[in-house]
Amino acid sequence: MNFLNTIITALKALKRNPTRALLTTLGIVIGIAAVITMMEIGNGSKTSVRTTIEKMGANTGLILPGWLRRGGVAMGYGSRVSLTPADAEAVGRECPSVLYYSPVVRASSQQLIFGNSNWVPQWIYGVSPDYLPIRNWRIAEGRSFTQEEVETNARVCLVGATVVRELFGNVSPIDCELRIRDVAFKVVGVLHSKGSNMMGMDEDDVLLAPWTTIRMRITGRRTGTATSTKSTPASKPSELYPATGVALYPEQDASLTTDKLLIPKFTYIDQIVFSASTPSKVKQAEKEITALLRERHRLRPMEDDDFRIRNSSDFMSMLNSTTMLMTNLLLGVALLSLVVGGVGIMNIMLVSVTERTREIGLRMAVGARSSDILKQFLVESIILCLVGGIIGILTGHGTAVLINHYLKWPIESSPGAVIAAVGVSVFVGVVFGFYPAWKASKLDPIEALRYE
Amino acid sequence: MIKVNKLIELKDITKTYFLEELSVPVLKGISLEINKGDYVALMGASGSGKSTLMNILGCLDRPTSGDYLLEGEELGRASGDRRALIRNKKIGFVFQSFNLLPRTSALENVIMPLAYTAGGLSARERRRRGMEALEQVGLTERAQHHPSQLSGGQQQRVAIARALVNRPPLLFADEPTGNLDSKTSVEVMEMFDALNAEGITIILVTHSDEIASCAKRVIRVSDGLVVDGGFK
Repeated sequence: MNFLNTIITALKALKRNPTRALLTTLGIVIGIAAVITMMEIGNGSKTSVRTTIEKMGANTGLILPGWLRRGGVAMGYGSRVSLTPADAEAVGRECPSVLYYSPVVRASSQQLIFGNSNWVPQWIYGVSPDYLPIRNWRIAEGRSFTQEEVETNARVCLVGATVVRELFGNVSPIDCELRIRDVAFKVVGVLHSKGSNMMGMDEDDVLLAPWTTIRMRITGRRTGTATSTKSTPASKPSELYPATGVALYPEQDASLTTDKLLIPKFTYIDQIVFSASTPSKVKQAEKEITALLRERHRLRPMEDDDFRIRNSSDFMSMLNSTTMLMTNLLLGVALLSLVVGGVGIMNIMLVSVTERTREIGLRMAVGARSSDILKQFLVESIILCLVGGIIGILTGHGTAVLINHYLKWPIESSPGAVIAAVGVSVFVGVVFGFYPAWKASKLDPIEALRYE
Repeated sequence: MIKVNKLIELKDITKTYFLEELSVPVLKGISLEINKGDYVALMGASGSGKSTLMNILGCLDRPTSGDYLLEGEELGRASGDRRALIRNKKIGFVFQSFNLLPRTSALENVIMPLAYTAGGLSARERRRRGMEALEQVGLTERAQHHPSQLSGGQQQRVAIARALVNRPPLLFADEPTGNLDSKTSVEVMEMFDALNAEGITIILVTHSDEIASCAKRVIRVSDGLVVDGGFK
């Protein structure tokens, strides 16, 4: 009996009892539909998580100085001062995977004053202009500061939306001068609002200025902070602009006295942020930076790094693994329902074999080999599962589309899942159809013909 | 008897069923010859071994010992697949209870054995043969009817058409009129007469002397032995 005949015979047999065939296959339909819906929703949320993270800067990394250990007590990251602006430049220059880089100097808990209002922003960062593309930050109003302004320690700054609201009210802050401690900064631009980050912190509560300015004029002078209770208010001009005391610029050695404006090389910076061209290149960039900085810091092979590199890909993989876990969990449940569906198929096939014992006997009497009988019942069960699978794929996809339409959950169709679903239904058909088919093929024709 | 015409040859066939420790001999050494074109009625009381003999003759069962030759080919010890092929090609079965597939048209029922024919036939050829067989039993116009829409006699004629569709030289009929009234029984028996006249060898299993009288030869089985070769 050739294959086409077997299929035709199986189809005719199923057609004799269409309601039962439909009900039998319902288990598979539901199972496959559940699998497909889960896969589409899972893929959709995975993609949406990925794009969210990419928006936050999945391709970015952070280089931190290492830590000091004083008398066995670790002082935490940043306690060691090991990163220099030259390191930052070298990272930008010598690591091919690094797209943008920016040194970061932090000045925390500094009071901003404008007119008669004041505000202490969450973050005051000294950065270079490349900081904005790294953080995916756009300028809402005005302009960014320039590399030249960085090199000249210009007193310009960008402010976030929260700072604008708290400090300036409804006035456009562009070209206004605000003071950080006793240094006046001209606001050149307003940052586009980002809202809260994932920790719930307001990302717009920020002030960005050239890192040289922050380092030289704000954090470089360790004479107390604005919020410190010990700070003495400067009232006299000689105190505001001291003639002696802390030098604005460090003494330059002879090698630095060129006609070009150079950043004093002795300075240390708090962090370096960088971005790779794509999220997948972050690891590569990390390797390059590690090699470069170890060389620059003259670390011997046995020595530990005196810096640390963190990137958001860890966070991303964590989020991804969370969504994956959920998807896999639901997929597991869906697969379980497929097994239940398969048992249903087996049950009905066994009933069908018993019910059709005489037919099997007759078929054997007119020349069917036991392999023909086995094939016929196996093909019947495979057809049931396959048809169920196809209906299930359509139902599952339809459900996913409906969920997307009404609940606005992101979905993404997955051809792999469709192929897998077809494969699984055939597999279920074979596994759960084999025993009944084998039982049918082992019937004794004499007994079968006599069966009542 | 002319040797060339020999269709079936049984040599000392025995059949013993083993029920746990107990062995039950059913056939105790049967030797028999049936010629081409014969019309044989196989008779015997219940438990005489007549059904077992028919199963062995119909290649549905194997003898415990002895040789069974059909057209000179030993089949008692042939493989299951070989015997399936022989049943398909050389033997037609007609059963007491018709054994038609429900919810399946008469034509589909008739051409069912062709699906198992080695080599395979085209769908068109199968339909042609099926219609031919239905014509032989006079049911051409009922080809698309389901068994439930046919009378008992018509159902048995469909079953006969199914037995004939592969043009076998040998036709087995196991109590073919057992479920029919006397009028339709006559019709069916006349059909067997006609088929025998066309050269088909018929082996008829029956209780009824009346039916057996249609046959050219009656073989009586009693207690596992042939008691009457019954040449007329």
